This record gives sequence, C-alpha cells and structure tokens, in this order.
Amino acid sequence: MDTPALEALDIHKSFLGHEVLRGVSVRARDGEVIAILGSSGSGKSTFLRCVNFLEVPESGTVRVGGEEVRVRRKRNGYAFDQKQINRLRARVGFVFQSFNLWPHRSVLDNIVEAPVHVRRIPRPEAVARAESLLEKVGMADRRDLYPNQLSGGQQQRAAIARALAMDPDVILFDEPTSALDPELVGEVLGVIRRLAEEGRTMLIVTHEMGFAREVSDRTVFLHQGRVEEEGESSEVFAGPASDRMRRFLSGHLT
Amino acid sequence: MVPDLHGFGPVLLEGTLMTVRLAVASCAVGIVLGLLGAAAKLSGSPVLRALGGAYSTVLRGIPELLVVLMIYFGASTVLMAAARPFGYAGYIELSPFVAGVTALGLTFGAYATEVFRGALQAIPPGQSEAARALGMGRVLAFRRVTLPQVWRLALPGLGNLFMVLLKDTALISVIGLEELMRMTAFAVGRTKEPFTFYLAAALIYLVLTALTTLALSAMERRAARGHGRR
Repeated sequence: MDTPALEALDIHKSFLGHEVLRGVSVRARDGEVIAILGSSGSGKSTFLRCVNFLEVPESGTVRVGGEEVRVRRKRNGYAFDQKQINRLRARVGFVFQSFNLWPHRSVLDNIVEAPVHVRRIPRPEAVARAESLLEKVGMADRRDLYPNQLSGGQQQRAAIARALAMDPDVILFDEPTSALDPELVGEVLGVIRRLAEEGRTMLIVTHEMGFAREVSDRTVFLHQGRVEEEGESSEVFAGPASDRMRRFLSGHLT
Repeated sequence: MVPDLHGFGPVLLEGTLMTVRLAVASCAVGIVLGLLGAAAKLSGSPVLRALGGAYSTVLRGIPELLVVLMIYFGASTVLMAAARPFGYAGYIELSPFVAGVTALGLTFGAYATEVFRGALQAIPPGQSEAARALGMGRVLAFRRVTLPQVWRLALPGLGNLFMVLLKDTALISVIGLEELMRMTAFAVGRTKEPFTFYLAAALIYLVLTALTTLALSAMERRAARGHGRR
C-alpha cells in the first residue's frame, strides 16, 4: 500500500484544562482532498494547527510522507526536534483565515521569501517561479503591489501562491474564505478548486458546504474534539449517518 | 553680522564631531540593549522577565549624570579590583569616551526597551506564524518578518530618544570628554565671551537636531513602505 501523504493520528490538545481535541485522526492519501467540517468550537482549526505544529499537540503522531515527528512530553513543556519540524513545515503549506501576508513586502517578495531563505533557491529562479504562480492565481499584474493595496480576495490568492511556492506535498487551508466579503469568496474558492483538479493533497477547514461537497473526496466531521463522522463526501453529504452531522448540514445547506 | 569666534571655530567643530560620534555609538549600543531588554521582558522565562524589568526600571530611575559618574569612577574601581588578583596593581581608567558610550547607551537602552516592547506587542502573532509555517526558524522569522515591522513602529519613539540623547551627550563633558560642551566652555574660559560661544553651541546643537529630524522622516518614509493608503 502507498504511504499516505499525511497522517495525523490520535491528536490530543487542551487549552487551560479544556480538552479541545480528544484523539482526532485523519489520513490523507496522495492527491486526496479532505474537507474538515464542524461547528465553531469543534476543534477543527486547532486540529489543522496541530498538524504543522503551530500548536504543539499533547500527544499523537504526525507523519508527512512517512517521516514521523516525535514529540515527547516533559515536565514543563515538550521536547521536539525543531529542525525536523521546520523541515516538515517546509513540506506542508498553510493558508490562514486572515491571510497573514507580510505588509512590509511586495506581493512578489512575500512569495519568494521562503524559497530563497529556507530552500536557498537562487532569487532569479524563485522570481520566475513566483511569477508563474501569480499567473496561476490570476495576480500576475499585482506582483509589485503591497498587501494593503489589495482586496481580501487578492490577498488570499497571493497567500495561496506563497504557500505553493514551497512546492508543498500537502496544503492545509484554515477557513480560507471566512474573512472575506461574500462577493470575494468565489475567486478564492475557484483557485482552490483548480488546485484540487491538479491532484494536490489538501485538508480544508471550511464553512462553505457546497464547495466542500463539490471539491472534496472525503469529509471529516468533528464534534467536541472527536471525529463524529467520516466518509466519502458524496455519501456523507447525501445521507449523513449521525444525527449531529445531519442537523449541522441542514443548518448550513439552505 | 557674523560673530567673531577668535579662531575657536575649528575647536568647536572638533567638539561637534566628538558629540556626533558619542551620540551615534551610544544609540547603536542602546538599540541592541533595548531589543535585548524587550525580548527579555516578553520572554517566557520569569528570570529573564525580572532581569529585563529590573534593567529598565533602575536605569530609568537614576539621574543620567549619576549614571555617567558611577560608570566612570565605578568602572575603574571594579576593573582595578578585578586586575589585582592577576598581579596588576597599577591604575586603570576607563576612557571618557568608553564610559560615556556605556552610560548613555545603558540609559538609551532602558528607554528603548519600552519602545521596542510596545512595538513587538503591536505585531499580530499571525505574522511570525506565517513565517514559521513556511519552515523558517525562529531567528530567521524574527530577522526577516518581525524586526522590519518592529522597526517601523519603533522609529518615532527611537527618534525621540535620539534627540534627547544628542543633548545629553553634554553630560559627558563632566568626565573630561572633549565634546562640544567642553570645547565651548574651554573657548569661553579663554575669550571671556560666554554669550558668543554658548549661542554658537546652541546653534550647533540645533543644527544637529534639525538634521536628525530630516534623517528620521526619511527613515520613517522608507520603513513605511507598504503601509500607505490604498
């Protein structure tokens, strides 16, 4: 059997004694798009952040392309290999709800920053690649603008290009359209849809049910820090097995 | 009407250059200390937080003249005591310039600690998170993403501190550094024309602060790239 592109197994995380994740496991095969759904507070964003260690999980295993990240619990914190985590992060793209573009750098410089300084790709090469990525997200004419000169949708598309520039094996999307004005949602979803068609491996936390149903291969529904339901998206959306998922969907699909 | 400086023009110029050197060196030392102080105050370690807090509280709480004198005379005492076990019994003296840079740098750093702390706290955590998520290490993320943004926010405050520093260099004249103030006093003593020379010195300080203002606004414009209106 193929090694899964990404495995996050039995992830536990609590904040100030409150258990946010109580053993969540998600496996993504190469090229698979997984939608992660759940009401607010279900732990879906925390789970995504645990996958690339923006939050350090209390226990659990993360494997990217078969490489396992080891985290040991210590008395007052965690022991882990920071270099290994940096290496993992370079292979796992992350797209934030609030874009988090760097305001002091132009769109182009936002994109070439990590390839040049982390991957050590020569700048001219990184620029050429960034330009083709900007083309792909429909931002070729905006390369020299600064993030504050862009609309939210343009900023998010630039942020997606920034993640793609590292040529990641997996991309994690944390509610990529939740901070956008409704009329700008479509352009960002369009970009993500094209990435799905290219066969990118992606985990997408989203509230856009129609989009999730259409784009994802599998759906994971979280409730109170546990996987409540999981399955092929076509089946889960057509006939959810759990009452909670059914109620959640009827609340979102009008 | 040009006042007659009785040939003391070059002396004043020499003093002015020393004043500028002293201010620039102290500012550089102070910026490094301020960044370290702010990092300490915001660190996860209670020991570092206490050290950072003690530094900025103590040095902002003592008159600067006292800091200057304590460093100048205190440092020789300490250095001589430290040298004695090694068989050196001679007199060790800190040069007025080194003592001045140390004293002014320490004080500047204490105030800059608070300026940098405020600026660091004003940067959304998502900024460095985005860097870390791309595989940048802590130091690289700080240098490439956080620091340039801190710089923009800290510049007006630092500029203010630099103006104060520029004038406080006059304090170093008490330990014999031949900067503008001391050279002026020297000229006054020789010519018995206090008003002429104090006025000249005042004008020179004014020119220096005016140039600083110009340089600062250029630096602020540069640092504000990307933050203009849409």
